Amino acid sequence: MFAFFSRRLVQAVLVMLVISVIAFSIQDNLGDPLRELVGQSVSEAERQSLRNQMGLNDPFFVQYWRFFKKALLGDLGTSYFFKRPALDVILDKLPATLELVFGTTLIVILFSVPIGVFAAIYPKQWFLRLVMGMSIIGISIPVFLTAIMSIYIFSVELGWLPSFGRGETVELYGWTVGFLTRDGLMHLILPCTALSSIMLPLFIRLIRAEMMEVLESEYIRFAWAKGLTRRRIWFLHALKNTLLPVITVGGLQIGTLIAFTILTETVFQWPGMGFLFLEAVNRVDTPLIVAYLIVVGLIFVIANTIVDLIYGLVNPTVRLARSHPEGE
Amino acid sequence: MIASAWRRFLGSYLFFSFRRDRIAILSFVVLCTFFLASFSASLLAPFDPYDPIQIDIMDSEIPPVWMEEGDQRFLLGTDAQGRDLLSTILYGSRISITIGIFAVLLQAFLGISIGLVSGYFGGRLDNFLMRLADIQLSFSTLMVAIIFLAVFQALFGTELYEKLAIVMLILVIGIAEWPHYARTVRANVLAEKKKEYVDAVRVIGLGSLRIMFKHILPNTLSPILVISTVQIANAIVSEAALSFLGLGMPVTKPSLGSLINSGFEFIFSGSWWITIIPGVVLVVLVLVMNLLGDFLRDVMNPKLYKD
Amino acid sequence: MALLEVRNLDVTFASWGGNLVALRDVSFSLEPGERLGIVGESGAGKSVAAFAILNLISRPGYISGGEILFEGQDLTQLSPQEMRSIRGNRISMIFQDPMMTLNPVLTVGVQMTEVLHAHREISAEEARSRALQTLTRVHISSPEKRFDQYPHELSGGMRQRVVIATALLTESSLIIADEPTTALDVTIQAEIMDLLLELCELNNVGLILITHDLSVISQVSQHAIVMYAGRVVEAGPIWEIVNNAQHPYTQGLIGALPQQTTPGKRLNQIRGVMPSLSNIPEGCAFNPRCQLVMEVCRTSVPTYTNIGSTRVACHAAGSAQTGNPLSLEHNKT
Repeated sequence: MFAFFSRRLVQAVLVMLVISVIAFSIQDNLGDPLRELVGQSVSEAERQSLRNQMGLNDPFFVQYWRFFKKALLGDLGTSYFFKRPALDVILDKLPATLELVFGTTLIVILFSVPIGVFAAIYPKQWFLRLVMGMSIIGISIPVFLTAIMSIYIFSVELGWLPSFGRGETVELYGWTVGFLTRDGLMHLILPCTALSSIMLPLFIRLIRAEMMEVLESEYIRFAWAKGLTRRRIWFLHALKNTLLPVITVGGLQIGTLIAFTILTETVFQWPGMGFLFLEAVNRVDTPLIVAYLIVVGLIFVIANTIVDLIYGLVNPTVRLARSHPEGE
Repeated sequence: MIASAWRRFLGSYLFFSFRRDRIAILSFVVLCTFFLASFSASLLAPFDPYDPIQIDIMDSEIPPVWMEEGDQRFLLGTDAQGRDLLSTILYGSRISITIGIFAVLLQAFLGISIGLVSGYFGGRLDNFLMRLADIQLSFSTLMVAIIFLAVFQALFGTELYEKLAIVMLILVIGIAEWPHYARTVRANVLAEKKKEYVDAVRVIGLGSLRIMFKHILPNTLSPILVISTVQIANAIVSEAALSFLGLGMPVTKPSLGSLINSGFEFIFSGSWWITIIPGVVLVVLVLVMNLLGDFLRDVMNPKLYKD
Repeated sequence: MALLEVRNLDVTFASWGGNLVALRDVSFSLEPGERLGIVGESGAGKSVAAFAILNLISRPGYISGGEILFEGQDLTQLSPQEMRSIRGNRISMIFQDPMMTLNPVLTVGVQMTEVLHAHREISAEEARSRALQTLTRVHISSPEKRFDQYPHELSGGMRQRVVIATALLTESSLIIADEPTTALDVTIQAEIMDLLLELCELNNVGLILITHDLSVISQVSQHAIVMYAGRVVEAGPIWEIVNNAQHPYTQGLIGALPQQTTPGKRLNQIRGVMPSLSNIPEGCAFNPRCQLVMEVCRTSVPTYTNIGSTRVACHAAGSAQTGNPLSLEHNKT
């Protein structure tokens, strides 16, 4: 377990290093920090001496090292637009995005597991066949289209749900959260549904396919021969084996989910990191772009490490890699 | 030669199952219609959306003909700039499909080459390439594309970027998705390598390149076909998403995604058709490709790489 | 009263092209503590028969006729709930490949104790001590350690011991073993078989042993039935079957045993292959491969004839030619 964990940790650190190099080269090439500081009315000689003073003429690696040391202390530069530390600007928007992600994850887990499992157990049942048919349509509708269509139907035509923003939020341990107020919850419904509209069918199909394969296996037949209850066979013996590949795919989808938050936040004007990032791109607010990259990279790496650990907990062949099969 | 191949196809299990599957036939017909209509857009479309002379801003936001304020000239209505929506959609589908196909060709080229090399030579090279594939897959394509395109847009400035957009989209989507092909081809190569005939041709003294291209590659064709169908659909969706974010095709030369984007703000004022009609077209296009992909996978049941 | 009595069992697989008959008119019986062997090539329906007893035939197969009387109770008439209380409790099963039989993500302990929990009101500690006891009985060293291990940490032979221990946990009166040693290393096959026999004898448990290897059965069981293409072609005491086989197929199986061949000569074999379920020949299913085939064999299905204590389904049975099969004579010279 320890070896497994430390290997994952090393990998996470490596990925973060790569991301920081990419982020730094973006900063290095995009925009001119000097112009942002002093404007254009400075003579060439003065510019050069300022550049030297700021270390902008140093070799790449020296500059990167400086950037790296500052980044470790949480200093990712100052946003050109907001005139505040870029990291603070991003972190202000973090709760909004995480709220979307958690809401979506909750919906996906709550629905995909039971639907996928029952669709595998009763492949001929009409309702489940209908759901499977719907799922291929769900997979074919891009997230932003689901978002737009749901706004058109539920906000514009029916007027049931709000179409943009987070609504009323409250402060909780320094985080602004929306799910504690009725208004905030109403605002969460459409974005979360839109975001899960593509993940949910994907996981339903995956769980169904894996479960059907597992149900055909010898150990499930043996479990029946042991006279166990259906519940125990389906939800312990079969489901636990089904979950292994599902967890792996879940890990692969984290990046996609973050990308989809950008789309969803754009459609719903959701004041999260993704929306902020696109604004920063349009304004060429380099420090903010870089800060977003680092924060998203960090979230990505942490989430992936957690997924790997869960996988290790469920799969005994990973957990006990140190001991080997012993002979008679 | 072609005639005999055609006859062989007609007698194949693939064609047999196809004839019995109504959904597959319908999807295929719809897909063919799409391809034909969009590639003959310049003949079929009543207007040329790229020609400013044909566009009159006074015609903007006219609803489709079946609605009260519809206009006979514009079957599906007009967008906010007064362009005929039907023509714009035809031209837009052409751009979407073109990007989809070329991006997938690039993916397939990279993925198949890397997969063949990785599977055939094995060892450290294989380890390295597959590790790279894992990492690349775990970063989502869309995420990488968004960041990449955003930085390039900021670097080039919007004007130059708009000219390069189509090439950039093909490159980004094409490069980001190679691992799907590489892993599947590699798995198949490993399976084929175990079979006797590969040893046999090696004994005859054929070089490894010849063996790979003449003997192993043809055996991996069915999984490649299955992946490609779904990948083109994915590429079209990715392109639409990027264009929707304003990182893809410009409004002056719109793909389906940028059309949807340009109409989005008007749904609040009731002009739903500018967004919803191209949206429905996009969904149908992607749906039929996914359905065909499902059909092919069920029938050919190839060895796909499982995550 | 017989422990198990199978009467005229039919099993059918429903399919688009029409129904396939996997078992037809299969009958056999077993006294308490008795050992019965079921022999035949793969595809003969041996495993289907075994799974049919526990009503565990996978869809689209189903029992289409006959009765299965277990301790006087017809298993085909039981509700799913009643059937569940028989499986693993009164009748246990041992599968072919121990590598695939145990669930890879659950510990040995969980997979053993769950059988007790499914059929008895029993505390966790008591179940654990019962399981440990049984592990010791199948000669597993340091059972405490094995109890908490996962299947992949155990060797094949050890896993099969765990499976056997699981079958013994509930004091079943019948164990069905489907090729229990085929997937194991040759060196431990005998060891596992001896263990199984010893434990069955000790506890007076009936055993149905399914195998393609007649020599295993001849050493182990008291009675045997020979199956071909879903039918019982010969049934009787093992001694009779080995020494005085009536059916040409049984004779062929015996002739094919390595012991029957002079060293240095090629092994005898029955020419041809077993037909698949979808194209079983008219008349006697064995007729295309039979050396003694007659005109009647191609048109009508043979009925059972009793010869001594064996029962045989062959048109030629009882006539002068049987017992002196040409095929074997021919090959022995």
